[in-house]
Amino acid sequence: MQTDLIQEARRQAEICNACRYCEGYCSVFPSLHANRAFSDGDITQLANLCHNCRGCYYACQYTAPHEFDLNLPAALAEVRHDSWEELAYPSVVARQFQKNGMAVAIAATLCFAVLFALAKWIGLREGEGFYAVMSHNLMVAIFAPAFLFPLASLVVSLRRYWSTVDGKPVTFNHIKQAFGAVANMRNLAGGHGDGCNFEDEDRFTQARRTAHQLVLYGFLLCFASTSSGTILHYVFDLPAPYGLFSLPKLLGIPGGLMMTFGAIWLFHLKLKADPELGAKAARSGEFGFIALLGFVGFSGLALYGLGATTLMPVILALHLGSVLAFFLLTPYTKMAHGFYRLAALVRDAQRKGA
Amino acid sequence: MNNLYDIVVIGGGNAALCAAMTAAEDGAKVLILEAAPKAYRGGNSRHTRNFRCMHSGPLGPLIESYSEEEYFADLMKVTDGKTHEGLARMAIRRSEECLPWMESHGVRFQPSLSGTLSLARTNAFFLGGGKGLVNAYYRTAAKLGVDVEYDAKVTHLEVEDGKVVYLDYVQGEQTHRLAPKAVVVASGGFQADMDWLARAWGPAAKNFLIRGTPYNRGVVLADLLEQGVEQVGDPTQCHAVAIDGRAPKFDGGIVTRLDCVPFSIVVNKNAERFYDEGEDIWPKRYAIWGRLVATQPDQVGYVIIDAKSLELFMPSVFPPIKADTIEELAQKMGLPADGLRDTVDTFNAACGDTTGFHPTDLDGVSTSGLTPPKTNWARPITQAPFYGYSLRTGVTFTYLGLKVDDAAQCSMGNLPVRNLWAAGETMAGSILGKGYLAGFGMTIGTVFGRIAGKEAAKYAN
Ligand SMILES: Cc1cc2nc3c(=O)[nH]c(=O)nc-3n(C[C@H](O)[C@H](O)[C@H](O)COP(=O)(O)OP(=O)(O)OC[C@H]3O[C@@H](n4cnc5c(N)ncnc54)[C@H](O)[C@@H]3O)c2cc1C
Ligand code: SF4
Ligand code: SF4
Repeated sequence: MQTDLIQEARRQAEICNACRYCEGYCSVFPSLHANRAFSDGDITQLANLCHNCRGCYYACQYTAPHEFDLNLPAALAEVRHDSWEELAYPSVVARQFQKNGMAVAIAATLCFAVLFALAKWIGLREGEGFYAVMSHNLMVAIFAPAFLFPLASLVVSLRRYWSTVDGKPVTFNHIKQAFGAVANMRNLAGGHGDGCNFEDEDRFTQARRTAHQLVLYGFLLCFASTSSGTILHYVFDLPAPYGLFSLPKLLGIPGGLMMTFGAIWLFHLKLKADPELGAKAARSGEFGFIALLGFVGFSGLALYGLGATTLMPVILALHLGSVLAFFLLTPYTKMAHGFYRLAALVRDAQRKGA
Repeated sequence: MNNLYDIVVIGGGNAALCAAMTAAEDGAKVLILEAAPKAYRGGNSRHTRNFRCMHSGPLGPLIESYSEEEYFADLMKVTDGKTHEGLARMAIRRSEECLPWMESHGVRFQPSLSGTLSLARTNAFFLGGGKGLVNAYYRTAAKLGVDVEYDAKVTHLEVEDGKVVYLDYVQGEQTHRLAPKAVVVASGGFQADMDWLARAWGPAAKNFLIRGTPYNRGVVLADLLEQGVEQVGDPTQCHAVAIDGRAPKFDGGIVTRLDCVPFSIVVNKNAERFYDEGEDIWPKRYAIWGRLVATQPDQVGYVIIDAKSLELFMPSVFPPIKADTIEELAQKMGLPADGLRDTVDTFNAACGDTTGFHPTDLDGVSTSGLTPPKTNWARPITQAPFYGYSLRTGVTFTYLGLKVDDAAQCSMGNLPVRNLWAAGETMAGSILGKGYLAGFGMTIGTVFGRIAGKEAAKYAN
């Protein structure tokens, strides 16, 4: 990992450790205050615990022009992004995508193209609805590896992370605590519950926390929708299309709406937030990722809305292309943050238990 | 002349903001003139972490209770009785209603910080510290219609026939004149004016560091005192602590504090000890070390500890100077090596049984036959590596100020100045003659800021 980034974060952490005024904002400070000296692994762990709520920037009496030049949210964001690149498997791929929205767009376009080509080439065949465009088996043949490979890659990365931060054997209780913190995004609540400072300088708002949870829960609903479809298909021999009151639709429609709306909101908030308080170099990659995420949700909804029209094949290819790109890029884009964050929260639960 | 505003509040720290919000809530049109640019707004208040609050039962982050009598007794102890009892009791009593008021004006509290458990009952800590508090107040003030000018240094208040008739302030190159109906002065002490400090303290003061804002230069204070507005306090009295000698000249704030003195020996630049390092637990002694260091040659001290004490105190902002031998440490710190060796050897020889050593209690582990003695935590300095810090005097605030009555009003002769009120550090001398109780500064600012705002609004309406 880049030692200069870690060194800068360490310099700032040492100042915070002598100050402690921000202790109540988030999980980072209690963890920071438990140390006297910070190894590279400690700094990586703190960086991945940080949710970039920015509370500790606006409350800091030592921000520039003060000579101590504190900007902990940015210092930790730089280390965090660097750690995602470094720990990714293979890390050269992450270097292409984490910082580069254009690369994300190109990858997505390529996926669209592949799907279009496949649809055209293998072409129309018997079957109803979507499977008239593409057989279910073909979809599985493409998506199963596209799903499993990123998963395998993430497993490698998380193992690397775990050894970097000196993780201990995980218990159910650790996991429960970590999921608890994610479920209500406690670390974007500011300690007092008023929210974070992402939107409008030092004003605390719930905007980012709410938008993030819309995307998170929307994504989970969509995932559940797809899974329920798979189960219906294989276990109950009930292939798509499904009616409005079927499980896949009941989960998928609100999920798609939440994801789309949440992503637009996050995009908008990111435009408003001060780039100096994040990892500046990673901005375009983050925008690219949010756009892709939003497009997955939106094209899924469009597919439902326009599924009976002649536009269906085009939308299907776009939707499946975006899903494909999304899956494939998961270990190499901002999407990976969820996995690292969870690991960091599990590690923090261990520290608290220790 | 601009008469747009009913009330002008001079200063942009806690006391000023409390006054401005209160006055605006009572219907006055208020302008804050803050000498600092926006990035440095909030004076010393931006460096604070808590305020001391009376409470008859658990209140917000505060546990158990803290009675008026106990609070007042604590105050009397640190001021050697030099306390204005009436005003002090009023501030104490009203501190209880301040906490909910602060919350309703945007301040958020947090549990006592790690390393400060001894204050969990008496002091309520601000989430994010004083800058978090100040930010919240500026937001609330803006909602209440208070206007703020930054970079606006008030230079003069014209007092005529017991009344302020106008005031001047400089912003950029330009001087502006305002004639509000009432004025609240909340512009702090004069500690950032090194010349004034030197006049009061002698040339040694040039070597002092200022822990807080460089903008509290006492300009308004001097202007009013010159015109005969009633003064209180002694110009030589200031709150000063010993801080890391490498701290910046201004605005080093809380992180430059060093908590290692009780586990150390402290020498001057001639490598001689000069005071009992183990006299009492550190929170009770850290305020006297500012003065002790101030009276040493070049106003500097050097703390020496060994490896076994390194982790007994809160981490320092700058790493200690480290060496494998006492001689090497002396050389790195610019001290006479033989002298330091002698002092350490003499000290070590005077140490006795250290089995009773207990870092957080007065343990009575003392030296014998040594002058000055070390009466607690006296363990020989023997275990390499050795560590050292330099110490300088860090001034927190000065006591000389404006004398106010229980309505926060200033006076001239024996008559009140009809439209002039003062709050915060600039009038704290009216309550405390000397000494200081942690967290009382913000209590005074909040209580008297609110009173001043209320009275000024009453007058202006
Ligand atoms: C490092 C440090 C830590 C502290 N910690 C605590 C603590 O935890 N609890 C506590 O109770 N106290 C603490 N204190 C003391 C506390 O800061 C003060 O008692 C309190 O902030 C005083 O508030 P104030 O509003 O009177 O002054 P300040 O907050 O100092 O405000 C004065 C304001 O006046 C402005 N000003 C000055 N001159 C002019 C002018 N000519 N024209 C216009 N504006 C002017 C300044 O820019 C500033 O905004 C601490 C002090 C320091 C230095
Ligand atoms: S960010 Fe600033 S105010 Fe917060 S703990 Fe660190 S140094 Fe203190
Ligand atoms: S940005 Fe927020 S989450 Fe990150 S360290 Fe600061 S307060 Fe904690």
